[in-house]
Amino acid sequence: MKFTLSWLKDHLDTSASLEEICEALTKIGLEVESVDDPAAKLKDFIVARVIEAKQHPDADRLRVCMVDTGAKEPVQVVCGAPNARTGMKGVFSPVGTYIPGKDMTLGKGVIRGVESNGMLCSGAEMQLSDDHDGILDLPEDAPVGEIYVEFAKLSDPVIEIGLTPNRPDATGVHGIARDLASAGIGKLKGHAIKPSEGKFPCPVSVTLDFADEDKHLAPAFALRMVRGVTNSTSPEWMQKRLRAIGLRPINALVDITNYVTFDRGRPLHVFDAAKVTGNLVVRRAKDGEKILALDGKTYELASETVVIADDKGVESIAGIMGGEESGCDESTKDVLIESALWDPMNIARSGRDLGIITDARYRFERGIDPAFCVPGAELATHLVMDLCGGEPSELIVAGEVPNPVNRIEFPLGEVERLTGLELPREEKIETLQKLGFTVEGTGNNVAVTVPTWRPDVEGKADLVEEVVRIAGVDRVASVPLARMEATVAKPILTVLQRRTSQARRALAAQGLVEAVNWSFISKDRAEMFGGGKPELALANPIASDLSDMRPSLMPGLVAAVGRNADRGYRDVGLFEVGQIFLGAGERDQRQAAAAVRSGTAKLAGSGRHWAGASKSIDVFDAKTDAMAMLGALGVAAQGMAVVPGGPSWLHPGRSGTLQFGPKNIIGHFGELHPAVLEAFDIDVPVCGFEIILDAVPAPRAKPTKVKPKLDMSEFMALERDFAFIVDRSVNAADILRAAQSAERSLLAGVNVFDIYEGTGIPEGKKSVAISVTLQPREKTLTDAEIEAVAGKIVAEVTKKTGATLRG
Amino acid sequence: MSDLESMSDLETLQSEILSAVAAASDEAALEAVRVGALGKKGTVSAKLATLGKMSPEERKTAGAAINVVKDTVTSAIANRRTVLKQIALEARLASETVDVTLPVREPAAATGRIHPISQVMDELAAIFADMGFSIAEGPDVEQDDYNFTKLNFPEGHPAREMHDTFFFNPDENGQRKLLRTHTSPVQVRTMLNQKPPIRVICPGRTYRCDSDQTHTPMFHQVEGLVIDKTAHLGNLKWILEEFCKAFFEVPNVTMRFRPSFFPFTEPSMEVDIQCSRKGGEIRFGEGEDWLEILGCGMVHANVLRNCGIDPDEYQGFAWGMGIDRIAMLKYGMPDLRPFFEADVRWLSHYGFRPLDLPTLAGGLTS
Repeated sequence: MKFTLSWLKDHLDTSASLEEICEALTKIGLEVESVDDPAAKLKDFIVARVIEAKQHPDADRLRVCMVDTGAKEPVQVVCGAPNARTGMKGVFSPVGTYIPGKDMTLGKGVIRGVESNGMLCSGAEMQLSDDHDGILDLPEDAPVGEIYVEFAKLSDPVIEIGLTPNRPDATGVHGIARDLASAGIGKLKGHAIKPSEGKFPCPVSVTLDFADEDKHLAPAFALRMVRGVTNSTSPEWMQKRLRAIGLRPINALVDITNYVTFDRGRPLHVFDAAKVTGNLVVRRAKDGEKILALDGKTYELASETVVIADDKGVESIAGIMGGEESGCDESTKDVLIESALWDPMNIARSGRDLGIITDARYRFERGIDPAFCVPGAELATHLVMDLCGGEPSELIVAGEVPNPVNRIEFPLGEVERLTGLELPREEKIETLQKLGFTVEGTGNNVAVTVPTWRPDVEGKADLVEEVVRIAGVDRVASVPLARMEATVAKPILTVLQRRTSQARRALAAQGLVEAVNWSFISKDRAEMFGGGKPELALANPIASDLSDMRPSLMPGLVAAVGRNADRGYRDVGLFEVGQIFLGAGERDQRQAAAAVRSGTAKLAGSGRHWAGASKSIDVFDAKTDAMAMLGALGVAAQGMAVVPGGPSWLHPGRSGTLQFGPKNIIGHFGELHPAVLEAFDIDVPVCGFEIILDAVPAPRAKPTKVKPKLDMSEFMALERDFAFIVDRSVNAADILRAAQSAERSLLAGVNVFDIYEGTGIPEGKKSVAISVTLQPREKTLTDAEIEAVAGKIVAEVTKKTGATLRG
Repeated sequence: MSDLESMSDLETLQSEILSAVAAASDEAALEAVRVGALGKKGTVSAKLATLGKMSPEERKTAGAAINVVKDTVTSAIANRRTVLKQIALEARLASETVDVTLPVREPAAATGRIHPISQVMDELAAIFADMGFSIAEGPDVEQDDYNFTKLNFPEGHPAREMHDTFFFNPDENGQRKLLRTHTSPVQVRTMLNQKPPIRVICPGRTYRCDSDQTHTPMFHQVEGLVIDKTAHLGNLKWILEEFCKAFFEVPNVTMRFRPSFFPFTEPSMEVDIQCSRKGGEIRFGEGEDWLEILGCGMVHANVLRNCGIDPDEYQGFAWGMGIDRIAMLKYGMPDLRPFFEADVRWLSHYGFRPLDLPTLAGGLTS
């Protein structure tokens, strides 16, 4: 919402400065977004007289002017304008002036050998017009030395405020003045609008043609004809104001409707009566009906939209935009003035559906003051008769102007209860009254009647807001909020929240860098990673590659690897901890952690190095990261199985599934499937893992923090090595498990220390060498006892895996 | 052989052996000298063997003299051995010297990074945990009812439109889910599931169908909610002031509360912090400029009622702000978009080290 200072002062009697007014506006909730003060911006541009303009000795198109600026000495200026001439008056800016139209600060110049100490200016250079053709040519009586914008009465500052959607009353200058007056900035000027007496019956009638359930769409419609008008340009003062707020003056009748829209927050429409055929009917549009609107575009309407039609068809889209065919122009002799009420919701939806944003829609969808429906028509009538002449008809009103009465029982103590601010009773009541509320009652409980222009005020809290915003929120003192319990702060994180934070720190400690990727990805990528369900596809995605909720963190990370590789960073380690979407249900949103490594980005480092170049990443790098994270979360590895294979986006022979039993799969790790990398257009190897954090079994809640007793044997531990030859398909985990089960009481650890295939090993077999740590508990073991244990281990591994001991 | 002769022989022998000891350049040579002198057939051993043929008097004198030689030689050899060991060790160490200026690989804990959004979320948790707030979370895919209706957004109200909502297609029951446009539905869920007193913060991802220089279709918000029997605007001001001081780590902040509008609060306010922007750097606690940082207000009676809380018995306030935005203000990232581009150069520069966990005891930023 824009307005000028002089416009405001039409409604507000005040001596407050521009600065005070702006400060007050922001304080009471009408936030000043910008102030354009030409007087401040253009204060260096002054009226001057060209004493003499001579031809430049060295340039055909330049003149050397001696300029009287009101100072003692004349100033020499080199000017290129064709209209610079001796004796003329123009606008001068001295050296050091910022020239807004050129976005430069004027310097002292020497132009073809002649010194120039300033500039004679065009309107475009001051950003006051588009006129580049020559310098401003001022009337003979312009006073030399005066600031130009003051002389030209262009010094009216333009204030723009940001309006919240609850304040339809402040979409007009009058409402803004009322708010300021309530806050102690001046006094609101009353403008009594006297009804004009009709000289003849309105020749055009209006019918509101709605079914009973639709009557709310158009409660009232006031119409009047003014006949015999002369519609030329509107007066300069009106044009200046309209231009100042960014509107283009068109003709007097149209300008009047725009002026009242901003002056009173009351949109109007004018029809050229000669172009209206028959009477007016207000109704729902017929599906497919078309109108050429005032913006020059043709709109196809649907029955949701309300229109004003005549015998020919639709003449106007109700509350949004008029039609071109019945619009007023210079030839208009008889004008029909419309001041109507529309349903805010319907206007909002129609405007949205049609994609039309107008000043009328902006006001109607916020809620117009119904009580100003008829006065609005009368105000317009006065302006039409003043500016265009003519003779008014009787005013007709179709429907009925509603008179909503909202009375709120208001305990004045609500102000203290909700804000902590104690105010005298009188201040509260006076504030409400100045804002137009009626207050009845003498005690602490009063009855407040809401003015018709404040549809947003519904209950007690709204009245508290009115009182406090006018009093100033800065008067509310800060009051410490007491602790709920007088104790040391208690832990507040849930297990999942704690694990989320731990997972991030653990993965970062693996040298990985945390990414935050979009929650939505393209449909084909969602499908590639097990998603793409219709219930997770956005109906209105912002871009086609951000259309589906991600079923996995992996596609975002893999895509990020690709983007980094394209910039030359081919060895990267990235992770993300965040939400994935397996369905539209609340429980289908899961918290996942995932990481990827590309190229040679191994834990120990990447790329070439004097101590040895890093090899390409592989499935075990991903497994290490997964295990590091699970370890940091305190997840006991016992009970978790690593099963070969994984989802389709991983290499089938180089991937694994992490599970606590077949029903509780917590995640996967592996090398990315070559087909996936190809689809992402990535030519570096990528491995990764993804674990669903909320699927990881929760730690057992312990009644005590005491750790179990530590059993440390006093006897030396010893190690024995075994090499087994097994089928290539046998899993190392099975060999280890078999070895471990052979002699549980003595075995302290088993580890694979060598894998070998090739010479000496039969085709289709491999050698797996394990070392077993034996920890005697009661006495040192004899050779015979050790041999016996070794025998058991070999027997067990042989039985479980079909292994033979390598000779 | 006269005594004098034999004494002179002994002296010669001793000096020869000592010269040989001194000349031994390694342990093997020294051992050869030892064997040559003290071994079974050694020169000193040979002298000792002559004692048996001597008279007791002679034996006494000569024996003492030879033993002196033996002890002197033994000791000299031992000393020489120590010296030779030292020389050998020094030589070995010299040969083992490497160029320690060679670069080592960068350790994982030095290269890993936490995203600024995660770091700021941890900072928020540290500050608000101390004030007794829990962290509440909810789904990103929300019901219209929780995102709008229960929060007092009337159907078709322009305020709804201002939210640029992402919608899903209606399901078989005609229900149309959406991506939450703010974390306020988490407040609704909290109030529906928990009896007052309530103190929660709700951090999380939010979505609006909007993309330009300063807006991304996905962003992060944190909201706070306090419901009890007395919480008022003065308490809200205090919490926000304390939060800003703690978060921005400045001793004082000046805040400006501007009346504003949100459907779910009444009265509603937007809050600006005073700052200076000298040299493009934003500093709080000084300056003449104002910077909008958050929206807040007293929870609307309709919202309380919609969540089963009696607005005449309980009251409270809520606030909300952009996590990405306060991260930018605190840490000086100039643009929002790179937050979500996973460019390792940006992440390494603006990210945080893995063990820099923010705490009130240790300081939020290190």
